[in-house]
Amino acid sequence: MKNKKTHGGLGQLTIPIIALALLVLFNVVRDLIFIYYFKDPNYVSFFSIEFTRNNLDNTVLAGNLISIINGASELAILAMGMTLVTAACGGQDISVGAAAAIAGSVFVKVLKSSSSINGGTVAIAFVSACIVAMLFGSFNGTLVAVFKIQPMIATLILYTCGRSIAYWINGGATPTVNSPIITAIGSFIPGIPIPTPVLIVIAVSLLFKLIFKFTSLELFTQSVGINGSAARLNGINSTFIKLLSFIILGVCVAFSGTIGVSRLGLINHETLLLDIEMDTILAVAIGGNSLGGGKFKIGGSIIGAYVIQMLTITLYAMKVSSTDVKAYKAIVIVLLVVLGSPVVKAKFEKVLSYLGLNRQSISTKGAQ
Amino acid sequence: MKKFRALLLVVVLVISSVLCACGGKSGGNIKVGVVNNPPSESGYREANVKDMEKVFSAENGYDLKTFYSLKNDEQLQAAQGFITEGVDYLLISAAETTGWDDVLKKAKEAGIKVYLFDRMINVDESLYEAAVVSDMAKEGETAVKWLLDQNLPEYNVIHIQGAMGSDAQIGRTGALDEQFASGKMKKVVQQTATWDEAEAKKIVESVINSGEDFNVIYAENDGMAKGAVAALDEAGITHGVDGKVIVMGFDCNKWALRELLSGAWNYDGQCSPFQAQIISDLIKGNKTTSTKKIINEEKGFDATTLTQSDIDTYGLGD
Repeated sequence: MKNKKTHGGLGQLTIPIIALALLVLFNVVRDLIFIYYFKDPNYVSFFSIEFTRNNLDNTVLAGNLISIINGASELAILAMGMTLVTAACGGQDISVGAAAAIAGSVFVKVLKSSSSINGGTVAIAFVSACIVAMLFGSFNGTLVAVFKIQPMIATLILYTCGRSIAYWINGGATPTVNSPIITAIGSFIPGIPIPTPVLIVIAVSLLFKLIFKFTSLELFTQSVGINGSAARLNGINSTFIKLLSFIILGVCVAFSGTIGVSRLGLINHETLLLDIEMDTILAVAIGGNSLGGGKFKIGGSIIGAYVIQMLTITLYAMKVSSTDVKAYKAIVIVLLVVLGSPVVKAKFEKVLSYLGLNRQSISTKGAQ
Repeated sequence: MKKFRALLLVVVLVISSVLCACGGKSGGNIKVGVVNNPPSESGYREANVKDMEKVFSAENGYDLKTFYSLKNDEQLQAAQGFITEGVDYLLISAAETTGWDDVLKKAKEAGIKVYLFDRMINVDESLYEAAVVSDMAKEGETAVKWLLDQNLPEYNVIHIQGAMGSDAQIGRTGALDEQFASGKMKKVVQQTATWDEAEAKKIVESVINSGEDFNVIYAENDGMAKGAVAALDEAGITHGVDGKVIVMGFDCNKWALRELLSGAWNYDGQCSPFQAQIISDLIKGNKTTSTKKIINEEKGFDATTLTQSDIDTYGLGD
């Protein structure tokens, strides 16, 4: 079992890693063209990273690569949770953006109703946001696990009404919160040059790693996803596992919502993490995970999130109009998804075996 | 379903009118029906709805009925309901500019006077008394004129646009585009962030990372200006009254005006949601108009001259 998993996993990560490598290569070529062909003296390499002093007088890292790993934080965290839901339920939660707006609103509401903003109140606010997001997660989870509603249909409900609920919580369009602590969460902690959201992503992924190491959640989730009834016959409570995956996604939603709010110290219930559900599902797909459930690799989804963000930042660096960015993104993603599809994989392996380069082990397993 | 909803609406309206009649309090009051977009749409709309409720209150001699929806067909049904019920005045901020002919004709036949506010409708002028609207193009012109008055040695502008095609975007973009075309100002980048704060931050970040020089940020609303400023702060670029980069926003949210007052931003253009008083004056005959289209006067605030009382008077939200 163990052996099989590592094999499948390596194969699974090929596509996201190739995608990432292609993007890097593209930017290297672009850099070289600008530096050696156009000889533009003001051109700054896409990969340049430098230390600057920000307006709060902290030394911080800056550059496109920092923008990418920083900007993808919310997406990466959501992608981790979404991977679990996808694996267990064979469907996706399309309400994560709306739920994050709710979580962010709760976070702001609690902060605004407390007399002063300090470490304690921020912690309380986050825990409240977490609880609310978990409640909404379990609402989605109950519909899916207990009432056996298709995940996309079940979460359509919250997708539709979530941002209205977020509005009711604060009753205003764009409430703001100003505090050094919020700035520290959303951008930089004084003395640490790495953006805080990146640190949060690392913490959350470590958390997943620990959970998978010390519990059987990973195995149980996979078995429920592959064959729910078989898992049940083996004594796994598949209803509970599905519900749990939604609740864990709820925690991820709370993290993302909090980061999103803290970045600007403002919540706009209409635009906070708008359309992120689609990017999240894409990250899971680019990560080589089957959207039909079953086996999964969270690492793949995280790389998928960075691929999406790198694509966006690359297009911005090339000054592609942001209205066109979505179209270009779609083209690249179609290519990636088609490349990762079982049909193309099988064809590719056929070609490889024809050339006598085939590694026997992969053959059909990847397709299932 | 739609029929059922319409029926329900009529039933509710009838019941509420019966209840009002029983109360007997609204006897001499002017009956006003307002069809508007819901307050959750934006900070602008929230202030707009509150303003309507404040001006058309019972103390001012009004009997106010409201209906809020983002959907044109629901708005049409509600307007129909108000006509059937027999209001004296009908105030409309339509979700869409088309489809209103029949309803407004019926209103006219029933002797109900119609005022449009905030948004125009594509109908014959004879069908309404007056339209109190904002002139978005003028908002852009005021802002650009202010910018030119700053007499900067050069203008390298990052232009962050709202959702493409929206009235506010078209109006606020127009005046600046003219400057780009004439060569007086240099367009460093012109991107839409579709009113999204986080997207605005990404756009400015990518300009900073490319090492290009800029000294003006022209964001088409307050939220996007805030996103842009967050990027400046992280990169250690000074902004505001004594800073390297001039920051301009629109909408005049209270929090944004406070940024101006602290000197972190330079300019905020008003988009006034306060049409209720003008309409009330017209209804009560305190004011007359020679044209059907009344442009709601709008200001632009400069950080160096802004006062706390301006914030209290003109700021939206809290």
